[in-house]
Amino acid sequence: MHQLTLAEIARGLADKQFSAEELSRSLLARIAQLDPQLNSFITVTEDLALEQAKAADARRAAGENSLLLGAPIAHKDLFCTNGVLTSCGSKILTGFKAPYDATVVEKLKAAGTVTLGKLNMDEFAMGSANESSHYGPVKNPWDTSRVPGGSSGGSAAAVAARLLPAATGTDTGGSIRQPAALTNLTGIKPTYGRVSRWGMIAYASSLDQGGPLARTAEDCALLLGAMAGFDSKDSTSVDQPVDDYLAALAQPLAGLRIGLPKEYFGAGLDARIGEKVMAVVEELKKLGATVKDISLPNMQHAIPAYYVIAPAEASSNLSRFDGVRFGYRCENPKDLQDLYKRSRAEGFGAEVKRRIMVGTYALSAGYYDAYYIKAQQIRRLIKNDFVAAFKDVDVILGPTTPNLAWKLGEKNADPVSAYLEDIYTITANLAGIPGLSMPAGFVDGLPVGVQLLGNYFQEGRLLNVAHQYQQVSDWHNHAPKGF
Amino acid sequence: MALERSEVEKIAHLARLGLNDGDIPQTTETLNNILGLIDQMQAVDTQGIEPLAHPLEATQRLRADVVTESNQRAAYQAIAPAVESGLYLVPKVIE
Repeated sequence: MHQLTLAEIARGLADKQFSAEELSRSLLARIAQLDPQLNSFITVTEDLALEQAKAADARRAAGENSLLLGAPIAHKDLFCTNGVLTSCGSKILTGFKAPYDATVVEKLKAAGTVTLGKLNMDEFAMGSANESSHYGPVKNPWDTSRVPGGSSGGSAAAVAARLLPAATGTDTGGSIRQPAALTNLTGIKPTYGRVSRWGMIAYASSLDQGGPLARTAEDCALLLGAMAGFDSKDSTSVDQPVDDYLAALAQPLAGLRIGLPKEYFGAGLDARIGEKVMAVVEELKKLGATVKDISLPNMQHAIPAYYVIAPAEASSNLSRFDGVRFGYRCENPKDLQDLYKRSRAEGFGAEVKRRIMVGTYALSAGYYDAYYIKAQQIRRLIKNDFVAAFKDVDVILGPTTPNLAWKLGEKNADPVSAYLEDIYTITANLAGIPGLSMPAGFVDGLPVGVQLLGNYFQEGRLLNVAHQYQQVSDWHNHAPKGF
Repeated sequence: MALERSEVEKIAHLARLGLNDGDIPQTTETLNNILGLIDQMQAVDTQGIEPLAHPLEATQRLRADVVTESNQRAAYQAIAPAVESGLYLVPKVIE
């Protein structure tokens, strides 16, 4: 039962092959048996899951038949879940049982999904390896001595290991797409503003977007359709109808114009990954796509600009963790300053503290123009590159990551070396466009991801291209040994 | 431009982050590495480029000035480290 996709589960539940309760019990048993090898869950919500599964079965018995009714999922542990620990992977949120549901959680609940638990992540979503979590690193099921990527590393490892069919994630600089690539999954970061950020604990508010990770593009379409939509509680939510992503899947690719940016295939890319990506391009050509070489000349400036904008916004967002209203408080504070400083010093991990300090510096008096304004100007140059490119092409294609999954601990000594791994994903966040990663094969037994970038609100087109590719390839069906 | 120890102490204070003396050299080195990466921006010609704050150039949406939320004090204070009679407790601020 654990091999089923969300779409297959929908059919199985509709045909009464199994009940939502049987399915959830089976997956909960699998999580208990296998997750100790991976550490992908922070909390398993067994009681909640069984209650929701029984309720889904009752709704179905009463005649309801929606596609996600009874579908088991889990949430990255930065989506607030009412009455359930929401840790953000941080010690500072010790004991934080959120007093409300995030909009994404509420919408998926209303659709009838069953929540199996909360998934591990880099602390405050800051990382590309899922090694900065207070709850310990997550292992990649394809090779448990390697990282699963991050920051949605728990989501990726759990879905890749068939502990559940799909999960939510968030993407600020690649945190859905990069772990999807390193674990052989499909994941999509929507257009900025497409999915509500209300109740999603903020890292960098002008970049953060929630989205799904699953094994197929079809499952991502199913889940994204339920997650997306206008929310008056999120001031940056976009008031525009949500496309029918499932209906978009079937469109033939004849006439599709693909842009290949030369900057994505230059120095720094593992040549073996480049070959896999070009093999996908050849398949898409057979399906009727045409290919054009393009240039995104400002891509090289994206990482420096991101490491100003994201830490600056983080330093502001994370000022709310003060040891007063919720979460961790230090022992015996001698005065209010000591309470703030020690609660934060003891509650935040090293990477979070680094980014808060970089952001504080960039925003401090005398440096604002040289750092924050400069970074925002570069941000516009990056957006302009995409606007120009999308005049001639429908999607932009390239590798999701420059390298395969690395060994646990390999990049810990030098944070900057890990930052550079996000070179291909970060531009989509800065420009606010949607991006998708899908399986493209294996090198040395490790998964390779190919990234598709689209114009604003072209999620349906990206899912369509990925779905059509998955009709003629079977990389996405490969499961890691032992899982 | 490299940060000195005193600047790192000042930044930590502004961010309300306690720093152990022993951690300062390592923190200073790491921050300087990150700032070295960031300083690559200075080579980019951005003369006359309007800063981009929001990817879709959206402006702040406004709503009618009416009460929308109900009182949730008990639920919100149930997760606070220390409360008494509906108030958050902190160390004495005024002598």
